[in-house]
Amino acid sequence: MLCICVCVYRPVLAKAIHSLSRIGDELYVEPQDDGLALRSVNSSRSAYACFLFAPLFFSRYTIPSGHAFRCKMAIKSVQAVFRSLASLEKTVEKCHIGLDEKKNRLTFTLHCKHGLLKTHNLSFQDSESLQAVFDKDSYGNVFRSHPRLLVDTVVHFPPSLEEVTVSVSDERMWVRNHVEEEDRSKSMLTELCLASDEFDHFAVTTQNSVTFCLKELRGMLVFAESTGLPVSMYFDEPGSPLVLSVTDSVLEGNFVLATLSDDSNHRKNNSRREQTPPPPPNDDFMDDDMDSYLIAMDTSIAPGPSATRPPTPPLAVSTYSKQPAAANHRSRLIAEEQEEEEEEEAELADSAGPPNKKFCSLFFGSVLPPSSQTSTQPVTNQEVLASDSEDDEQ
Amino acid sequence: MKFRGKIIDVACLNHFTRVVTTISKLTKICVLRLTPDNLFFVLSGKVANGGVSMWCELSQANFFDEYQMEGVSSEDNEICLEVTPENLSRALKTVQNAKAVKLKLTKKHCPCLTIAAELPTLSSISRVVTHDVPVDVIPRRLWHEFKEPSMPDFDVSIYLPPLKTMKNVVDRMKNLSNFLVMEANLNGEMNLKIETDLVSVTTHFKDLGNPPWGDDASQDGGPSQSRDPEDMAQARVDIRKLQQFLMGQQVNPSKAMCSKSPTAARPGALQAK
Repeated sequence: MLCICVCVYRPVLAKAIHSLSRIGDELYVEPQDDGLALRSVNSSRSAYACFLFAPLFFSRYTIPSGHAFRCKMAIKSVQAVFRSLASLEKTVEKCHIGLDEKKNRLTFTLHCKHGLLKTHNLSFQDSESLQAVFDKDSYGNVFRSHPRLLVDTVVHFPPSLEEVTVSVSDERMWVRNHVEEEDRSKSMLTELCLASDEFDHFAVTTQNSVTFCLKELRGMLVFAESTGLPVSMYFDEPGSPLVLSVTDSVLEGNFVLATLSDDSNHRKNNSRREQTPPPPPNDDFMDDDMDSYLIAMDTSIAPGPSATRPPTPPLAVSTYSKQPAAANHRSRLIAEEQEEEEEEEAELADSAGPPNKKFCSLFFGSVLPPSSQTSTQPVTNQEVLASDSEDDEQ
Repeated sequence: MKFRGKIIDVACLNHFTRVVTTISKLTKICVLRLTPDNLFFVLSGKVANGGVSMWCELSQANFFDEYQMEGVSSEDNEICLEVTPENLSRALKTVQNAKAVKLKLTKKHCPCLTIAAELPTLSSISRVVTHDVPVDVIPRRLWHEFKEPSMPDFDVSIYLPPLKTMKNVVDRMKNLSNFLVMEANLNGEMNLKIETDLVSVTTHFKDLGNPPWGDDASQDGGPSQSRDPEDMAQARVDIRKLQQFLMGQQVNPSKAMCSKSPTAARPGALQAK
């Protein structure tokens, strides 16, 4: 059975492939009724991307009827076809993609100027379906902006940074780097605050924070910025995935990132979480009080490190040192929270392994979660996200 | 202990960032001394065995629009902090287009130097980015280690050729040998020499000019008047250390001076202004 897609070459095709290559090593191709789906997932299954090119993207789109077909191949081979974006743009006029199921071959034929034809034959393997199930429209927090806003935000964080935490309130979004408890005294903490009117759309139903891996986000932003399309961000509770979406009339790109499951908060009473909402924004940047920046040389009531609550503004520091009596109540509550959080963190920290192990299994039920998480992982996560796995799974 | 400074001018911010970046290339950790008039970045390495020590003095008025500090006590009106300059450099580099940048000493989870910048945006509310760089406060009893080094007695002091040129030469020489001999005289001539079993290479620089130390009454050392201007003073240095100094230079000094002292045990000093 042959499957043929022909389109006038558009750079977005090559950009999508390069973007997918930043996620995983393999490209999953699935011609569907609603378009050609190109997908990729990372090895720890904590990041997934899918580009759906609608039939209208192509001048000809023929797929076998009634027969679901999917394959996967090394993404490096496909990247080699679309290696130099600049020269592709100058020379390629038409792109012909052919899938031959019998010969297990995917053929890219680039029709270039002056009658030149470049044909690339790639072989593929059959694969199970790769589909993360998520319903972004049901998520409480939705934002949309020009990609430049997000690019300007991530530039403040070093390229080597693993994880960021995004917290939202009704009017603000805070982005800061996530640092493990042990590293706190050595690492630099960076925090950026964005106002709601910098976004085209800013809707918050639950004020919470999610933590996810920055590296995969960057790949997506490169794509979005080069196409100039607005980026939509959807997220909900910590633990349920964060979705970034880029759409135009013929293309839909979704990047789904796992977020850190906030186990300690799930275990405790919900009401306690509400006692530490994100702090009011500090708009008086220029006129802050000198006394707020006091550093006491002698011992004073030093606020303990906080694991999940958003950082206190400078004014709160003076509260701690100047009014110990009043602050005791609050700090005691927080201390209790932290004790439990620290216990929880210690538990997780014991399971030595790659840093993104905590993000595992938030997507696909087929992957075994690390043992330390099995007992604390809320069941709801696994219910919502399930893999459409085939029989032939290793 | 309090410290709070604000930089508004773009050129000042840029210059300050470049100084901090230069320092971050020289050392991983250094000491930041804050006094009412100046900031000092100090590295007191072990100088005897070819280690590197560094002293950088910045007049706060040249950079800050607002600068307020209160030291440890009124007699010791200074603050000494141990910082990782790379963190400062990274934080400053990302806020070059800010409307205003504030540096403050704060106590978050630990003592921190907080860099807070207000970034221009299209909306009415500015974007605020905060970087908290953890620092260690250095107790008073250790302050004596970070005093201004006295200029060692030297034989020859000479202005260096353009550092870029020198860097190119030193980079090539590094492939051939680990040590390099620098020699200079009071006639404005300087040579860089390496010598191995197989090859010896010398690069000659002429007409460099010698700084007039005679005018500085406060200086301890000074070239002895009876010195023959043609007489070369030699110093053998580790090429990698020299290369480190040259690589870090982002500040485009108007003058770079090299002063050589007679014995190998005494340090030579490279100064950039």
